[in-house]
Amino acid sequence: MTERITGAQALIRALEHENVELIFGYPGGCILPAYDPLVDSDIRHVLVRHEQGAGHMAEGYAQVSGKPGVTMVTSGPAATNLVTPLMDAYMDSIPMVAITGQVGTAAIGTDAFQECDTVGITRACTKHNELVMSAQDIPMAVRQAFHIATTGRPGPTLIDIPKDCLQNEMTWTWPTDEEVLASLPGYRPNVKGHARMIKEAARTILASERPIIYAGGGILKSRAADALRELAELIDTYVVTTLMARGAFPDEHPLCIGMPGMHGNATAVTAMQKSDLLIALGSRFDDRITGKVDSFAPDAKIIHVDIDPAEQGKVRRPDVPIVGDAKYVIEEIIKEIKSLLAAGTVQADTSAWKSKVSGWREQFPMTYEPAEPGAPLKPQYCIEQLSDLAPEHTIVASGVGQHQMYASHFWQFNEPYTWLNSGGLGTMGYSIPAAIGAKAAKPDSVVWAIDGDGCFQMTAQELVTAAVEELPIKVAVLNNSYLGMVRQWQEMFYDERYSGVLLDQKLPDFVKWAEAMGCVGILVESPEEVGPAIEKANSINDRPVVIEFRTDASELVFPMVPAGQSNDELILHPTQQEKAGELS
Amino acid sequence: MTAINLYDGQVVNHHILSVLVQNRPGVLARVAGLFARRGYNIFSLAVAPAESSGMSRITIVVDVESTPLEQITKQLFKLIDVIKISELDPRSSVERELLIATVKAPEENRGHIVELVNIFEGKIIAVAQMVLTVSLEGHPDKLDDFEELLGGYGIVELQRTGRVALPKIDRGTRGHAAKQFPASSSSSSSSTTSGKAG
Ligand SMILES: Cc1ncc(C[n+]2csc(CCOP(=O)(O)OP(=O)(O)O)c2C)c(N)n1
Repeated sequence: MTERITGAQALIRALEHENVELIFGYPGGCILPAYDPLVDSDIRHVLVRHEQGAGHMAEGYAQVSGKPGVTMVTSGPAATNLVTPLMDAYMDSIPMVAITGQVGTAAIGTDAFQECDTVGITRACTKHNELVMSAQDIPMAVRQAFHIATTGRPGPTLIDIPKDCLQNEMTWTWPTDEEVLASLPGYRPNVKGHARMIKEAARTILASERPIIYAGGGILKSRAADALRELAELIDTYVVTTLMARGAFPDEHPLCIGMPGMHGNATAVTAMQKSDLLIALGSRFDDRITGKVDSFAPDAKIIHVDIDPAEQGKVRRPDVPIVGDAKYVIEEIIKEIKSLLAAGTVQADTSAWKSKVSGWREQFPMTYEPAEPGAPLKPQYCIEQLSDLAPEHTIVASGVGQHQMYASHFWQFNEPYTWLNSGGLGTMGYSIPAAIGAKAAKPDSVVWAIDGDGCFQMTAQELVTAAVEELPIKVAVLNNSYLGMVRQWQEMFYDERYSGVLLDQKLPDFVKWAEAMGCVGILVESPEEVGPAIEKANSINDRPVVIEFRTDASELVFPMVPAGQSNDELILHPTQQEKAGELS
Repeated sequence: MTAINLYDGQVVNHHILSVLVQNRPGVLARVAGLFARRGYNIFSLAVAPAESSGMSRITIVVDVESTPLEQITKQLFKLIDVIKISELDPRSSVERELLIATVKAPEENRGHIVELVNIFEGKIIAVAQMVLTVSLEGHPDKLDDFEELLGGYGIVELQRTGRVALPKIDRGTRGHAAKQFPASSSSSSSSTTSGKAG
């Protein structure tokens, strides 16, 4: 039986077939036809206040739920407003499907009203994109977009649909898995690692005296947190969790030594530097991790597990390259290690190394100096309090800047999928919409956005979305009245010549602004107010809450490896600098 | 890595990639965009439909001074429309290129030019009072020589197609001339070359 429906109906039905429950979107001329069948669909549409917000919401939703986030917007300016979140999702490998309206096929290329070359513009910030040229092609385009976004190394995909393709009739068909695969002969992600390399990895691990597991965001993408834990415990090896992997291995676990990199803690940075084996699992040797590549972990052999072959050797040549899904490969490595042990292989003695690392950990904890009475709040203290008072399963989304680093340092992450941030692109404005997306995915979890006063002013209007759509997130604005991270660089590397970084001491009035957007607004200026304000915020569930914490503008993020320098040049917190010699 | 003699006589390290792609709108833009975005240099590029319908073959000569070929190949292979990449070693592949040129050919030089074209087994494809248009098909090195010699007479306009290449036919005992992506799993010495990026 052939059923004739419009392209728009086919689009919405295709999304239903892909089990989409939520679309973050914003309508307009070219996408209008697709909004009509949405009225009759069970798919919920969250009407955002800016398309960038829709994109970040889709990212937050995807990261927490493990399902692709979906956003639908119109052509021209709406499509260009999506560029930032698409690039963000591309950098952080987040599965996301964007649907954009396009001018009618006859008008393409004529500079028609709200025409833009969406596919051309987004080519470099999507894993794949496609301009659909006939209503009949819509179901296949949707299937391909979801398949590509969610398999292999996940990422954003985009389907650009001209208005007439939405209006025209087509014969409904839903392509089979075989048809989808046949239509993509050049796309066959490799999930299983090479068996010989897996054996080699197991042997190399057992022979190492100074191993470190370098866990990246790929652990979360492949849902490999349990496998990671089993491996770490089996070989009794310390784990660093990158900014993208916070929570993938519990901070409270005795083998966790936290975040490495430019603002990593001294133990994690030094342990990587001095190791003889880095077991890189779903991590990509980002420049924020390695510092100056030539002097990064000079004595370490590298086992590199990544599903993307292009990551192998891109930055550092691995001794044991394994292309495959992190979960699958880790489980295979565990099996291999167990059988080697059963056959009599003895693991090298790591005890000297372990006691060295644990010594560093005792000597160099993350630290800050408490505020003097009457002085502004310490941002670290606010984060600690937020973390201590957070109910179980609380999710945190952070902006970009000093507050992001404080959040990563001072929040205790013990569960996967409770930390969202813009790691690769460093997108200010990410946190509020990402938190809203996370709340939509996990309505029963408390979701905090931790933001700087700069970041807040980039996407705050989405709090209106949160209020109206009943997605009551909580926002902690660490207001130091500066673009703090930039100010820090100017202080340390530009002779304290501050240029273009002072926002304003008084403006905006965050409390009034919050109230105007349908949120509860709370101002906190002294340490005694911090706990009660957080508790009050945690108890409010019918509206979003914004707490403005007035924090110390002169506070700096430590440790720090200056950009482009070796990780051996780590600058410790001033109170720890005199014992720096012990990090060797 | 092999040294290829450039048109201007410089010797630079170049490599030939033969890339089989799905012939879909924008595929050339994707390939070119990738090179531009990642800072890889294309030396020459030729594209046309391949043997099977819906497929095209792109022959890219890349400058591998700037980036290791392996990274270029792997990034290229991440493009969804890219089906297969063969890395051709000029010693074990056949390469061809076409050159057409209009040369100044006054009375006194015309005979010499015709002779030169004949020696190279080229063709005269158009004749006018003061100029000749000539063509030559062959190995790019041969075209380089021809171009240099023609230059002595004064070239008005010249166009080369960029090289196309295929692996030399396997006569049974020898291995395949080209390294391929994806490598077949049995012959793959390391898993880095097999499988497709997500
Ligand atoms: C969209 C965007 N623009 C500019 C930057 C550069 N940048 C990085 S951190 C930062 C300052 C952030 O200020 P704020 O939100 O107040 O946070 P703080 O560092 O003070 O905690 C800036 C401007 C960026 N990352 N993203």
